Amino acid sequence: MTKKQKKIFKRIIVSLIFLIVAYVVNFLLNKFTPLSEYETISELVKAFLFVIPYMIIGYDVVFGALKNLRYGRLFDEKFLMALATIGAFGTGEYPEAAFVMLFYQIGELFQGYAVGKSRKSIAALMNIRPDVANVLRNGETISVDPSEVNIGETIVIKPGERIPLDGVVTEGETFIDTTAMTGESVPRKAVSGDDVISGCINVAGVINVRVTKSFSESTVSKILELVENTSNRKAKAEQFITKFARYYTPVVVISAVVLAFLPPLILFTNPLPWIKRALIFLVISCPCALVISVPLSFFCGIGSASKSGILIKGANYMEVLAKTKTIVFDKTGTLTKGVFNVTAIHPNEYSQDDLLTYAAYAENYSTHPIADSIKAAYAREIDTKRLSDVKEIAGKGISCKLDGMEVYVGNNKLMDDLGVKWHPCHHEGTTVHVSVNSEYAGHIVISDEIKEDTIDGLKALKEAGIKKTVMLTGDSLAIGEAVGKSLKIDKVYAELLPNEKVDKMEEIIKASKNGEKVAYVGDGINDAPVLSISDIGFAMGAMGSDSAIEAADVVLMDDRISKIATAVKISVKTFRIVYENIIFSLAVKFAILILGVFGLANMWMAIFADVGVLILAVLNAMRCFKTIE
Amino acid sequence: MKKTFELEDLDCAHCALKMEEAIKKIDGVKDASVNYLTQKMIIEADDDKFDEVVKAAVKAIAKVEPDCSVIL
Repeated sequence: MTKKQKKIFKRIIVSLIFLIVAYVVNFLLNKFTPLSEYETISELVKAFLFVIPYMIIGYDVVFGALKNLRYGRLFDEKFLMALATIGAFGTGEYPEAAFVMLFYQIGELFQGYAVGKSRKSIAALMNIRPDVANVLRNGETISVDPSEVNIGETIVIKPGERIPLDGVVTEGETFIDTTAMTGESVPRKAVSGDDVISGCINVAGVINVRVTKSFSESTVSKILELVENTSNRKAKAEQFITKFARYYTPVVVISAVVLAFLPPLILFTNPLPWIKRALIFLVISCPCALVISVPLSFFCGIGSASKSGILIKGANYMEVLAKTKTIVFDKTGTLTKGVFNVTAIHPNEYSQDDLLTYAAYAENYSTHPIADSIKAAYAREIDTKRLSDVKEIAGKGISCKLDGMEVYVGNNKLMDDLGVKWHPCHHEGTTVHVSVNSEYAGHIVISDEIKEDTIDGLKALKEAGIKKTVMLTGDSLAIGEAVGKSLKIDKVYAELLPNEKVDKMEEIIKASKNGEKVAYVGDGINDAPVLSISDIGFAMGAMGSDSAIEAADVVLMDDRISKIATAVKISVKTFRIVYENIIFSLAVKFAILILGVFGLANMWMAIFADVGVLILAVLNAMRCFKTIE
Repeated sequence: MKKTFELEDLDCAHCALKMEEAIKKIDGVKDASVNYLTQKMIIEADDDKFDEVVKAAVKAIAKVEPDCSVIL
């Protein structure tokens, strides 16, 4: 508790003691006041007894109210509370008056404490900002602010220290705890040549890191910036509450005035019972329960998500995510590892090694992932003297001269163009054919592996209420369908060019009905257009990728599909809690307002409708912070 | 220019909304937000008027909630 909260807490206790005393005396006076001539004195004693605890707990509210009155702020919470309680004294409801004020303060204290607590636990979660960087300059290590380190400088990170800037390990090896960034608790190994991400903690050995990004461009800064801005994108539910709050109080207060004076004027009756009813209105006139619990729910929900390495850029996205029923995936790099490996070599008349050699030489200058995997499989130096006339045949393959032989490496179409008779492969994957001097030399199969987590992740999505999963891929229909089948994806669209992916996505969005939303999951590197047209875009494996962090609405720090299910579950839960709170708070308030009109409600019910509902709504909202597996 | 300020003793969510509305009305302010949960105020305003805007915002906050102060 803060100092201010402790002070209020003490006042609550003292006031409560006086209240109990007042209550007992009140009870005795009521029982043993036999003579009617003492009634006035007895009333005064009672009123005085309750004024003491009332002033102890409520003096600041009353003074604040007077100040607000001077400024003409009649719809201020304090003013209305003071008016309601003073009115209650006036109508002889002394205990009620004191209790309303006491509970009002308890409610305030509770809300301040609860919000402070959630804020702290979320702040602790985001306590990833590094304080210093130990940079090597002129053979000495000096501690400087991370923002003063230049790209290319070397920083030294000892065990237990937070990595201040993104970079590449140049010396030493260690394990790195990425929990704060990804929610993944198993430390990662990092050796010379590996990239390390700022914000993670070095747990094992001393490492030297060559800085590759300035502090403001480093992952940790990007993420902190993102987190700071999340609470400014408000969800529709929150906007509704803000608007609602603006009208609720004036409407209730004006109704109270009407209720107090109109019926007695029309019916020529005693105004006292009507004024009592109007006071009930004043007690219920604060929309606090809603104004606090709705943003608090989203705040805790976003906090809970970031605990699992899921950064949701705003409460509005959480709202969309809760309504998402279709998820569209990019195949390569999202469902699969995006790392191609040579999985089969099927030569015709040549040896496997020869076939691989031809292919590797032909692909020498290419940077295509397929070329990379062939070269990786060959794993020997390429003697470029043997190589000449390398030509790329767009969309088909490559031709070259190797030791004077005409070598063509490419797809089915290339072989057809050359008139070379080829045969398909029974292996799943991308088939690369090789022809030497217009004779078919055989083929190499390259395939991409499915991520370990994908199947479980997709299953979890269905359990989380996702109705349909779709896969988009630029690969051939055969590969797409094979992958889709093994993953039990509902619908596969293959052989799509990048712009066709956008069209397909538009089509899918149009086809979804009843306000159900469509999410897109990609690696965020080359699918920014699709990410931007989707209702909500996920970027995976965002560690170190700025473009992904910027393009997506939800950023997954690691690349596990199961995290999407977690994000959906958190959003659905948060959304449900928000609605529970809205409906519950409004229902209770309106029920008691209506009962109040007919004289069926009393002050105690009004206290419950105000403070009771506030406390219940805040407690409910805080459930959003609980981790979901 | 856009700048974030920390607030101290911002005790009610409802007041935060009122502060936000008041600050948005200050001349030169492009956008403003007062966040009860993060206890932060973000002001986006014209560069040449920024200092005046901040002064006016501090005043506006004090008017809504005298206890609440801006950490400058």
